[in-house]
Amino acid sequence: MKKRSGTFYLLMVPVLLWLGLLIVIPHLDMVYRSFRFETDDWEMVFSLNNYLTFFQDQIYWLTFVKTALYSIGVTFLAFVVTFPVAFYLTKVVGKKYSSFMTLLLLIPIWIGELVTVYGWMILLRDNGVINTFLMNIGIIKEPIEMLFTNFSMTIGLLYMSMLFMIVPMMSALDSLDDSLIEAASDLGASKWTIFRKIIIPYTTPGIVSGGIIVFMLVIGDYVAPNILGGKSSLWFTEQIYNKFLMSFNWNEGAAFGFLLLGLSSGIVWVALKLSGQKLEKVGS
Amino acid sequence: MSYVLEIKNVTKKFGDFTAVKSVSFNVEDGGFFSILGGSGCGKTTLLRMISGFENVTEGELLIRGESMEGIPPERRPVNIVFQNLALFPMMNVEKNVAFGLQRQKLPKNEVNSRVTEMLERVGLIGFEKKKVTELSGGQRQRVAIARSLVLRPSILLLDEPLGALDRKLREHMKIELKVLQREIGTTFIYITHDQSEALVMSDYVAVMNEGQFEQIDTPKNLYKNPATSFVAGFVGESNEFNITSYADGELTTDNGCKLVKPGLDYQPKKLFIRPEAFILDSPETLPDVALINTRIKNILFDGANTKLSVVVKESADEMLISLPQNAKFDNLHDGDDLQVGIHQDDLKCYQN
Amino acid sequence: MKRLVLIGAIALSLIATGAMAQETLRVLTWKGYAPAKLIKAFEAETGIDVKLTYSNNEEMIAKLRATRGAGFDLAQPSQDRISFVQNKFPIYQPIDYSKVDTGQLVESMVDAVKKNSAVDGKGFAVPHCYGTTGMIVNQKLAPGADDWSDLWNPKYAGKISYRLKRPLLIATAFGMGEDPFALYGDIDAYRALMGRVEKKLIDSKKLVKNYWTSGDTQVAIIKSGDANVISGWDGKGWTLHKENPDIDFIAPKSGALGWIDTFALPAKSKNLDGAYKYINFMLRPENAAYFTNQEGYGTASKDAINFLNAEIKANFSRSFPPEDLDNIKWHPPVPAGFEKIESKVLDRVKAAK
Repeated sequence: MKKRSGTFYLLMVPVLLWLGLLIVIPHLDMVYRSFRFETDDWEMVFSLNNYLTFFQDQIYWLTFVKTALYSIGVTFLAFVVTFPVAFYLTKVVGKKYSSFMTLLLLIPIWIGELVTVYGWMILLRDNGVINTFLMNIGIIKEPIEMLFTNFSMTIGLLYMSMLFMIVPMMSALDSLDDSLIEAASDLGASKWTIFRKIIIPYTTPGIVSGGIIVFMLVIGDYVAPNILGGKSSLWFTEQIYNKFLMSFNWNEGAAFGFLLLGLSSGIVWVALKLSGQKLEKVGS
Repeated sequence: MSYVLEIKNVTKKFGDFTAVKSVSFNVEDGGFFSILGGSGCGKTTLLRMISGFENVTEGELLIRGESMEGIPPERRPVNIVFQNLALFPMMNVEKNVAFGLQRQKLPKNEVNSRVTEMLERVGLIGFEKKKVTELSGGQRQRVAIARSLVLRPSILLLDEPLGALDRKLREHMKIELKVLQREIGTTFIYITHDQSEALVMSDYVAVMNEGQFEQIDTPKNLYKNPATSFVAGFVGESNEFNITSYADGELTTDNGCKLVKPGLDYQPKKLFIRPEAFILDSPETLPDVALINTRIKNILFDGANTKLSVVVKESADEMLISLPQNAKFDNLHDGDDLQVGIHQDDLKCYQN
Repeated sequence: MKRLVLIGAIALSLIATGAMAQETLRVLTWKGYAPAKLIKAFEAETGIDVKLTYSNNEEMIAKLRATRGAGFDLAQPSQDRISFVQNKFPIYQPIDYSKVDTGQLVESMVDAVKKNSAVDGKGFAVPHCYGTTGMIVNQKLAPGADDWSDLWNPKYAGKISYRLKRPLLIATAFGMGEDPFALYGDIDAYRALMGRVEKKLIDSKKLVKNYWTSGDTQVAIIKSGDANVISGWDGKGWTLHKENPDIDFIAPKSGALGWIDTFALPAKSKNLDGAYKYINFMLRPENAAYFTNQEGYGTASKDAINFLNAEIKANFSRSFPPEDLDNIKWHPPVPAGFEKIESKVLDRVKAAK
């Protein structure tokens, strides 16, 4: 065992402070709260009730299931939408242009989610840019209802999360030697087979790591479902927000928070198993 | 004689740049054909046109008598072994080899038996389930070849596949490849910049320079009778001289060395002499041998490749002479005078 | 060495005076409640540096609850959101009404707020301003909408919007001809009423364009024409009226909902003096009138009316004919446990198809 120098311990101090004060202690506090329950006599007792509420009241677990399924869908869409872009940027366009175009892709992140969400509102509303344009050129007579629907919410979620899909995918595609594609073609594979048998398996770690980020971002997002979503788009995070801020039930809110963390991690775990990936490999 | 590959006046242009200039050649079925040239000579472009990854700008390309125009790589009866091998890293050895067969929608048991047969042939039985990243360089090489050969192509194209190997393994693989080709009888077209690979393995070698073929010949002829000064300089080692005048069967180099070479019907400009063509052992006793008086400048000891660096007396010419490693010449030293002979047939003269 | 000590001492004293000059007042308030001009004037007059944090009722309680009443010197909760919170979590401290210049305030309002915010007989709030939640209607595109029940009138299908929060549940009850405030003493009757409200809202959900979520989205949704009949705040309605005369705030026939926002002192306020100074300053007639002219909300300041713009006065008389003014339903304090019932109702309505 190597003997550690004083400097080593000195440098450990800020790290431990960071981990302890900003991560461990607040979460322990929340764990503690999540097991506290207020009885009808206004007494705080230890109880699993906060967690049980989630499973007993169908509105909660149904909302979670809906949110999770939707998030999986958005993640898949993000893959479908970004894959051609990533492929184009890494394999078709020259290096010089591709880095510039990648920078352009970053713009929504610089601007921030709230502003882009309002931008989408301007585009999608009944008398917004898209509907006005379509009516002016005579394709439609009545405006298409796009804003405040699941469609607009999906767009908002996709727009903010796409980049996190495209970056790991691009780095995976970047390391894919073109000669692998040529070799497959030479061995008689069609374009579709090359895509399915060579490109997808090769980039799976990138796709999975992008997918995890997108899934976690989407399932934990609040802004897009809340503002762009329609009148029925109850997102699980909104319920947590309501627990904390509307009904002041911090204990239930904390429990729901941990349920979100636990269940979404579970989904990620299942996804890793299904795709045969290991977290360490995907994370690197 | 049937040709498996016929190339007729094939030209390839990239914008203004002409990579391949009106090349024509035929390859006989079952042969080992090499294309030898330096980097940028157009040999890889030629290979990619045969495999279908590049279009032919002008000319015609026939495989087994059929024009390949408009036929994509996946439908040509040729397969490539890539320079970096391009093995599929996410598949094991077996799956790499089976990949092409599965694309042909063959029944599963046929795929399996052909894969096993092929792995046996290249000596990879027992490695079926190994990841390709776990194999040694030579084994990877064999997987790449097996992956292509299992499809029984009319032609196997090899794009400098030995380039990444270390020297010892490369020497070994050369022989192995040659033996393998003999065994299975598939036509190999082998691209390389390494003349030794080309000479050892090939039935025929084409030397390529600036998009054109300088000479297509057997390795021995290529070495013995280079058709152009480029081939003479490129294949094997040579002492190169500029000729200033040629009259009455005697030529003079620009540094003043005079040599007898009768019977040329043209005005030679270049002279090439192989270091091993010099006769050290009593040259004066042999017919048609010109004598050259030299002084040893340096002995470059390199085992069997040991050479003498000498200065030709009464001129400034320097040249290299192979020194046989036998007891007779062990007493030579720097600064010694040495008379060597050269047979007039070993003086290779060219017009340009 | 002596010199160094001297310099050190001077430096220290400079820092000390600097800190003294930097007396601060941390105010937790709503956007618009602290106009920049008034803050500047207040800072000039008192030398107190004002630090503003914008929030809303829910977050205000959450923030103060998290710190047990620390972090701010003055807060501005709604009057009905004080006593029940104070009962459970002591986040405020009682007001010393002798330090408040009550002479410049509407007396009845002071008394009402004092009573509604009382815990153990002590008042916890001073009124600042009031307003109503009613409807904002584009009268050209949706003529005749003038009652809460129009929020589920098929005539306006697809052009209706409201904020799915507790005031909407109260408003729906009034629109159905019930009196939710009368049931504040009977939690079971209230639960049953909320069940009926829930059914009404779910049944009429197909008529709704969207639920707005903030002051900004409220304005945007009617301004853009996405909706023509929405629940809304009087001040917002009047601002919209100025830009587009077709749009105006309407007091619903079954009663606009009145709210009063107050000044309250967080339990661990560090600058009580400054807080009282701020309260008295903001309620000075000319300052209060400036605020009302800016934001359109009514003020608790008695004589502010003398300084109001004609336009603002006109807003009140246009939207509140005498009978509607008398019909305003002022929020009584919310009893404990009610919000739990309401939040479930809201969740179910939101989740419904």
